[in-house]
Amino acid sequence: MVKKFPDQEGRFGEYGGKFVPETLMPALNDLEKEFNSAITNDAFNNELNYLLNTYVGRPTPLTYAKNLSKRIGCKIYLKREDLCHTGAHKINAALAQALLVKRMGKKRIVAETGAGQHGVATATACALLGIQAVIYMGSKDYERQKINVARMKLLGAKVEQVNSGSMTLKDAINEAIRDWVTNVDNTHYLIGSVVGPHPYPEMVRHFQSIIGDEVKEQIKEYEGKLPDYILACVGGGSNAMGIFYPFINEKDTNLIGIEAAGEGIDKSHAATLSAGTLGILHGAKSLVLQNQDGQIEEAHSISAGLDYPGVGPEHAWLKDTKRTTYFSVTDEQALAGVELLANTEGIIPALETAHAIGYLEELSKEIKSDSVLVLNVSGRGDKDMDIIAKRLNFFTN
Amino acid sequence: MTNRIDILFNELSLNNETAVIPFVPISWPSPNQTEEIVEEALNAGAHAIELGVPFSDPLADGATNQLAYQEALKNGANMQELFKIVNNLRNKNVNKPIIAFSYFNPIHSYGLKNFASKAKEVGLDGVIVVDLPPEESEMFSKLCINNDLHQIFLLAPTSTDIRIRNVTEQASGFIYCVSVSGTTGVRENFSQDLIHFVEKIKQHTEVPIVIGFGISSKQHIEFVSKIANGAVVGSAFVESIRANQEGDQYRKITEFIQNLVEVNNE
Repeated sequence: MVKKFPDQEGRFGEYGGKFVPETLMPALNDLEKEFNSAITNDAFNNELNYLLNTYVGRPTPLTYAKNLSKRIGCKIYLKREDLCHTGAHKINAALAQALLVKRMGKKRIVAETGAGQHGVATATACALLGIQAVIYMGSKDYERQKINVARMKLLGAKVEQVNSGSMTLKDAINEAIRDWVTNVDNTHYLIGSVVGPHPYPEMVRHFQSIIGDEVKEQIKEYEGKLPDYILACVGGGSNAMGIFYPFINEKDTNLIGIEAAGEGIDKSHAATLSAGTLGILHGAKSLVLQNQDGQIEEAHSISAGLDYPGVGPEHAWLKDTKRTTYFSVTDEQALAGVELLANTEGIIPALETAHAIGYLEELSKEIKSDSVLVLNVSGRGDKDMDIIAKRLNFFTN
Repeated sequence: MTNRIDILFNELSLNNETAVIPFVPISWPSPNQTEEIVEEALNAGAHAIELGVPFSDPLADGATNQLAYQEALKNGANMQELFKIVNNLRNKNVNKPIIAFSYFNPIHSYGLKNFASKAKEVGLDGVIVVDLPPEESEMFSKLCINNDLHQIFLLAPTSTDIRIRNVTEQASGFIYCVSVSGTTGVRENFSQDLIHFVEKIKQHTEVPIVIGFGISSKQHIEFVSKIANGAVVGSAFVESIRANQEGDQYRKITEFIQNLVEVNNE
């Protein structure tokens, strides 16, 4: 029999668990109960599916990338999460959690955001369902993702800048947790990735697994078989878990996650799975970037969504068990990835997604010409246009 | 196990007194000041000291402690430094309880076994790991027990009856009762709910109860003295040290502590 992960304690092997202050333990236990009862409840699932179909725009297409395929030398399909309402996969789990919150009778949601996509998704779901949203965002990210800040504000969310620590995603999470600890009676913490204490990694995985479920159906129709490779970028790891999970027991499908190597894995980066060590951050045991004293180090990536010194515990476990493999690509390679997809397919991907595209050149060295590869286009690149234009010198003479 | 913490609360209960336990991060405000701050506070009448080992991502702490941690980390605060400080204090015949407060990652990184055995070696009496609930604590708890170290568990106003029962069953040294839902930091008032909450804990245990988070004034200690066995004074002590860095800072520490412990003479 295949063992179920996470186990009763919320662990994936030695990873995962619930490392939070006592004040939050009862809320986590309640959330676990509510989640388990909701996902077996027909009314909840019907309402969620209705919204995913009519509001988010699911199922998202699986696009055959003809020009890119020729360029790389294999058959490449793109899972178009960039076509979701709000422009990224984040809405899948945000909307589902917001529905859960409504069911639980809580009136207020706090969330963290890095690139702003999860913040926008949360603000959107809250606007739709009439829930108050407070979004914490590191002030460094606030600056580099201003368009998303404006979107969140337009959607009626309160956006709080976080000036502590590295002023990025990890500090936004700290601040969101502080808010949650203080207002736990009426507030839900809507985590955007497969990180945090149990049941979050399992819950976000469950709500994102629709990506992989759809791919399974779609690729069978196009190719009559399952893909040989699935490629996704990994920050916290939600889009990757979402597309990987339905294929975990399909041993012929290679699952590859691509992390951000930033300026290089020997310099400043965000490649936690490639270069991290065992530690405890934001409520879970996983791999983290830390110094010899157990202090968390600042991550670096051109992509705000990957700029995180931790990673979902299930990824750490899948890496240990060798079910998945992880590589990393630099800021430069990711920028090349943006150009490649824009030029060959007319699709501008998010800088996060661009990391997965940036790995294709490397993969082309070993891949067979009849191999079928699915790449998860986790989000679209509009939010990154400022950075992309600057880095590619569009406006200088 | 009987260590300085048990002896302290036995004495206090005989005299019907309330423990005043100041908290300060190590290596703060300047790198080598901790021993002097501790000696000053204990000489002024504090009953024990809680030493914070900073963490880069202190999600249970408010702004005051967070800032102090950042500065302390720049000053080189780490686990080695904690043990050096405790060792030096014991060598100077400081005999009151010393309790460490930290997050799990710095302890995990130092090594659980190393932490527990080193704690015993230098004479640390207790440890509070704010993000390590009993569910995740089995191995660490065993190591603490084997090394005469009280692992102090926390209870919060949100704790359910089942959790109160489980935590009190494992309680050792004292129970750290969090006064409010929230992070550390100075607050004006405490609610009647806190009285009810402490009463509920007392139904399950004889272990002393110490109240923390938000305790800042003599009035707060008076309030605590009616319902519990002691109070941790954290952010308020940190703020006071920060405010009085110029001039005679040690006299200010003495005044701060003397004012609080006066409650026991009234």
